[in-house]
Amino acid sequence: MTNQVDNSKRRFLTLATGAVGGVAVVGVATPFIASFFPSERAKAAGAPVEVDISKLEPGQKIDVEWRGKPVWVVNRTKEMLDNMAKIEGQLTDPNSDGSDQPEYAKNKTRARADKANVLVALGVCTHLGCSPTFRPDLAPADLGPEWVGGFYCPCHGSKFDLAGRVYSGVPAPKNLDIPPYKYVSEGVLLVGEDK
Amino acid sequence: MSKLQALAGNVMNWVDDRFPATKMYKEHLSEYYAPKNFNFWYFFGSLALLVLVIQIVTGIFLTMNYKPDGNLIPGTNVSVAFMSVEYIMRDVAGGWLIRYMHSTGASMFFVVVYLHMFRGLIYGSYKQPRELIWIFGMLIFLCLMAEAFLGYLLPWGQMSFWGAQVIVNLFASIPVIGPDLSVWIRGDFVVSDATLNRFFALHVIAVPLVLLALVVAHIVALHEVGSNNPDGVEIKKNKDPKTGIPLDGIPFHPYYTVKDILGVAVFLVAFSYVVFFAPEMGGFFLEYPNFDPADPLKTPAHIAPVWYFTPFYAILRAIPSFLGTQVWGVIGMGAAVVIIAFLPWLDRSPVKSIRYRGRNFKIALVLFIISFICLGILGAKPATNLRTILSQVFSVIYFGFFLFMPLYTKNDVGTTPVPARTTDTNTQRQIGFAVYALLAVLGAFVFGKLV
Amino acid sequence: MKNKIVKILAACSLLLPLATPALAAGASVALDHSPSNVRDVESLQRGAQLFANYCLSCHGASAMRYNRLQDLGLSEEQIRTNLMFASEKVGEPMRVAMQAKDGKVWFGATPPDLSLIARSRGADWLYTYLRSFYRDPSRPTGWNNTVFDKVGMPHVLWQLQGDLELKVLDGKVEAKGPVVRSWETVEHVNGKEKVSTHQLVLTRAGELTRLTDGKANTFDYDNKVADLTNYIVWMGEPAQVTRERIGYGVLLFLIFLLVPMAYLLKKEYWRDIH
Repeated sequence: MTNQVDNSKRRFLTLATGAVGGVAVVGVATPFIASFFPSERAKAAGAPVEVDISKLEPGQKIDVEWRGKPVWVVNRTKEMLDNMAKIEGQLTDPNSDGSDQPEYAKNKTRARADKANVLVALGVCTHLGCSPTFRPDLAPADLGPEWVGGFYCPCHGSKFDLAGRVYSGVPAPKNLDIPPYKYVSEGVLLVGEDK
Repeated sequence: MSKLQALAGNVMNWVDDRFPATKMYKEHLSEYYAPKNFNFWYFFGSLALLVLVIQIVTGIFLTMNYKPDGNLIPGTNVSVAFMSVEYIMRDVAGGWLIRYMHSTGASMFFVVVYLHMFRGLIYGSYKQPRELIWIFGMLIFLCLMAEAFLGYLLPWGQMSFWGAQVIVNLFASIPVIGPDLSVWIRGDFVVSDATLNRFFALHVIAVPLVLLALVVAHIVALHEVGSNNPDGVEIKKNKDPKTGIPLDGIPFHPYYTVKDILGVAVFLVAFSYVVFFAPEMGGFFLEYPNFDPADPLKTPAHIAPVWYFTPFYAILRAIPSFLGTQVWGVIGMGAAVVIIAFLPWLDRSPVKSIRYRGRNFKIALVLFIISFICLGILGAKPATNLRTILSQVFSVIYFGFFLFMPLYTKNDVGTTPVPARTTDTNTQRQIGFAVYALLAVLGAFVFGKLV
Repeated sequence: MKNKIVKILAACSLLLPLATPALAAGASVALDHSPSNVRDVESLQRGAQLFANYCLSCHGASAMRYNRLQDLGLSEEQIRTNLMFASEKVGEPMRVAMQAKDGKVWFGATPPDLSLIARSRGADWLYTYLRSFYRDPSRPTGWNNTVFDKVGMPHVLWQLQGDLELKVLDGKVEAKGPVVRSWETVEHVNGKEKVSTHQLVLTRAGELTRLTDGKANTFDYDNKVADLTNYIVWMGEPAQVTRERIGYGVLLFLIFLLVPMAYLLKKEYWRDIH
């Protein structure tokens, strides 16, 4: 141990080996971290869903399961759409500026322009994930005389209009999410894909 | 910078007052003095630890997607368990890599541990005062065999099923209690879903817990007495009078940590080669019939255990049944494993290392190596008359090596005096080693082709 | 010392030729080497088409999702229109409509799931098996196979291959006529060696085989079977191409970066000791 020890060389080699070893650790960690993402089976189960809406009467709602979550499809009547416009003052985000929806649904009806009457929305409350109930009735006893139809969350009382826009003064912070969707043909809707 | 260092020092002091972190670091790393003449054989201990970590980490991730369910998927003849392995291989991102790391790790564990044990054998590492280290090591080996056997059932392929069937039926040969015992082990009258579930529980938690505890005991015992070395010299006998540090000892950290890192890097080359280019390793690491789902009604044409069990399996097959029972083969196989644990008391030689051993031991060792390798090859092949006779010959040599050891080691011819201090290896030894290794590999190859 | 090594090595090399004859002593039918190459994407695409057309009606490949075929350069649209005949989704696995129990009644044994068949049987076996069906009136299906005696499966590719017949002749016989494959077997009868020649003969040409001037030409059919085998091998482990590609990177990294760095580090510290 009489030799002169070159400490700077040792430090360099230690750091360099450490760096190479670090790269190796990151490389090895990759498959382990990747394995936590949805598998091909989960992705296949979450594939886009086709819905036949040709028999959906005006004013009616159907539920569709997409990626294990409820998606609502509502065929809104002219009256419903007109009523929605009247209560805009009571909404937090009437223009959906702070909410999640595809570009083509960022409008007053929150629907594709060619079928503005059909609402396709994710039935999951933006507060804590409960599924709100569909309340198209006008001025019911429990929701008060000003209710013009919408969705009411039984968990914490959040209220949404028939475009999924949230009322102000309720726990939910933003409008219901709109999933990507498109029309494959006249009466057939595809939820989960828009390209 | 200095402020930061002071802070780190304070934190360390705070911890040390409550937990002996620095003390343990010193005892086991920076002030654990290992002999300075370790050669390549001394890599396999740390490599075994590395493989253990690989097995535990990959195993944890495999359990997240594996399903120990031996029932058939409705309308098919494939079980849920079998398909869940394929689910990992195909549908889970990175799953194939994790699975191959685990399957390769299982075999590499035995490669490393066999070499580690052989190191102990040639350098007399089991001899006084290291008997307990050897005993703990043998218990680790037993746990490892249990792990391998239990884990092999989980893919629920043909070899999984029939391998378990054969091995569990071994217990049925035990007189009186045997038949009930084998039913008790299976939890059913055949290897079934119940068996798979309990094997899964034992494989993923019960045996690993014991294994980890034994590994700790193994290392604690080692650090208590200190490491042996290729010369079999006790370095604690020559201490620096001033410091009390063995003259032939060097701190484990940094010297053996950097050396082991090099060993790990080289090992990873071999490991990665298998994982990425030969995960089946020609049917030795992953047996081809195990890609067929388990079928309780159809035995594969040839059942052989995975390569690491074949020497013991050959001994099992070599012993015929007599007195109306086949329990002797089972006893023979068990004894072949257990007898290794008695080495510390069978070996009467005054020296530890092969370097200073006499002629008798060297001849016996060569015969032992030949018989072990040949038994391994014979155990992998279907039995024929010739192979059975050969297995019997090699089994006799195998046991003879242990049973006659007290006789041939006591007054061995040509035992040379052990130097007081450690010596470094030299070219002659290195060339000699290369020749022996080459001979062993070529010999095994030729033997495998001939029988 | 050196001399000793040379002598030992020489002795070893003398032993090596001994090893070769033992290798050829296997009694079962020799398998043809499969030309499959899982990097040949076009061959895999053709093989996938054949698999969907000919195999999937009776065999499932329940571990294989249709959309994984995108790895072979096919689009979802192509997969849906060319390869999927049932009204499944493209993310679904290649299931078979037939129930396992029905298969057992129809064929004597449930047709096995083919997801992993190449990993248990091997490419050469598949390649030979699919080219070794011959007419055998004693079998319920009218077909037998030289590598899988008394097989329950009929020859589903017979329109492509045509009819083969198996001829067993005494002694060594030169291959004549439209012989597709011939091999010899040796039996020991009363201590004497009895050699017989087995010949698979093409008796009627199929869509992909030809009989010209009394000679059989099976080139096109063999190529088709090679494609199909290739696909089945690929399907046994769809990750295999990725696996090897990553493997090269990992090995290069280890050999040219980690090992040298670790070596230099070790050498630098060990200067203290030596």
